[in-house]
Amino acid sequence: MSNDTPLKRTPIFEEHVALGGKMVPFAGYELPVQYPSGITAEHAAVRGSVGLFDVSHMGEFEVKGPEALELIQHISVNDASSLDVLQAQYSAMCREDGGIIDDLVVYRFADSFMLVVNGACRAKDWAWLERHASDFDVEIRDRSDEFGMIAVQGPAAAALLAPHTETDLGAIGYYRCAHGLVAGVVGVISRTGYTGEDGFELYVPSGEAAGLWRTLLEGDGASAAGLGARDSLRLEMGFALYGNDLDEEHTPLEGRLGWLTKLDKGDFVGRDALLAQKEAGVERRLVGLRLTERGFPRPGYPIVGHEGTIGSVTSGTVSPTLGFGIAMGYVAAEFAAAGTELAVVIRDKTIPAVVERPPFYTEGSLQR
Amino acid sequence: MADFLEGLLYSEEHEYLKVTDDPAVYMVGITDYAQGELGDIVYLELPSAGDSFGKNDVFGTIEAVKAVSDLFSPFTGEVVEVNAALQDDPSVVNSDPYGAGWMVKLRVSDESELEGLMDAAAYQEHVGE
Repeated sequence: MSNDTPLKRTPIFEEHVALGGKMVPFAGYELPVQYPSGITAEHAAVRGSVGLFDVSHMGEFEVKGPEALELIQHISVNDASSLDVLQAQYSAMCREDGGIIDDLVVYRFADSFMLVVNGACRAKDWAWLERHASDFDVEIRDRSDEFGMIAVQGPAAAALLAPHTETDLGAIGYYRCAHGLVAGVVGVISRTGYTGEDGFELYVPSGEAAGLWRTLLEGDGASAAGLGARDSLRLEMGFALYGNDLDEEHTPLEGRLGWLTKLDKGDFVGRDALLAQKEAGVERRLVGLRLTERGFPRPGYPIVGHEGTIGSVTSGTVSPTLGFGIAMGYVAAEFAAAGTELAVVIRDKTIPAVVERPPFYTEGSLQR
Repeated sequence: MADFLEGLLYSEEHEYLKVTDDPAVYMVGITDYAQGELGDIVYLELPSAGDSFGKNDVFGTIEAVKAVSDLFSPFTGEVVEVNAALQDDPSVVNSDPYGAGWMVKLRVSDESELEGLMDAAAYQEHVGE
């Protein structure tokens, strides 16, 4: 994005400023990378209690009409026909050549679907949806600006929300949702997240988001958490971030998303290319790496094998919970097996690393 | 807002120098402003006692959650002591940059190199706070 593109503000912006959040540009928005407590403390708060994230930058597209399911089946690699009403599904959209346009979550409601996309991809995703929608009897609407979105994540997430809602939170299973009121605000209460902890994502009218944020933050053990903690939490789980670990140059089969790519569900955009790739053999794969000596892997650092550079880090950090360096990156398939000994070049040092199948952190409160 | 301690010297590279009992030896660390900009510090690479550096040479590295940053020697000199406690707990640099978060003690070889350093007010202006 060029510097003269004005940054947008989420409906919770003023709250972040009041809390002393360090605001940075992200996905076209000004969002807090951290609060004064710091990334490490915010990360620990989510693992140990409950953190609140403003994720209002995410895009929400509504799809309804007689052929809504058919359109989604056409553009999504996962099989939305298996969704119950009030169920959600992680998926991806691909180009004809299999390159990933975005990863997304598909929600099925009684009379519509909602696609939740990455904020940074909203414009291109909308254009892609519009282009394909013209072939189907559907109505689509970009409702992103109508919603604020708060992620409530951590082992104490349900306890934090329970006093504020009559919805039976225990009855909402993982990747399921309910319509309900939280602190008097009507919205969708979704048992989803990006941290490896139990938690909820709340989709509420944008005008109500700041008030809800304030109310929830007053609860016992609740901390505000920023983009920095969100990144280290998702990395400990090996959850990919679009723009780092996933992009149009890589397919879902390469990017550890083969499990959600339903090649046998019928035709969809990118299926032929993905089938051909599967038959020919996937030549490069996204892997998890655990550093076995001290080092802080960062995006762009080379991954090396015995015969030189074989890839580069797409995401990395020093795991705040585990205390060692963790990373993801693409390598040739021959180096992708768990246990393969590789190394990451960190500035002038070659730090040994071993391929490990994420999640790196396995003690989270998330119940699948 | 960051703390700009009076009585210290400051470099453009966000290091402070604090006088010690030995007039030729300075305690060196990074400023409160710098630690705030870097955020949580995860690792420090520091030199060993006896190492020598020229003015503006890289004498160490700070790995913070958000970014990696070099440490630049504020003058030509020799390391006389390293704060070994930081290896176990580098977060002290965040919590107490001017106290327990000091990094090295450097013996200055050429006093004239101190002339370009700033006082607290000039450094505060330098960082625009």
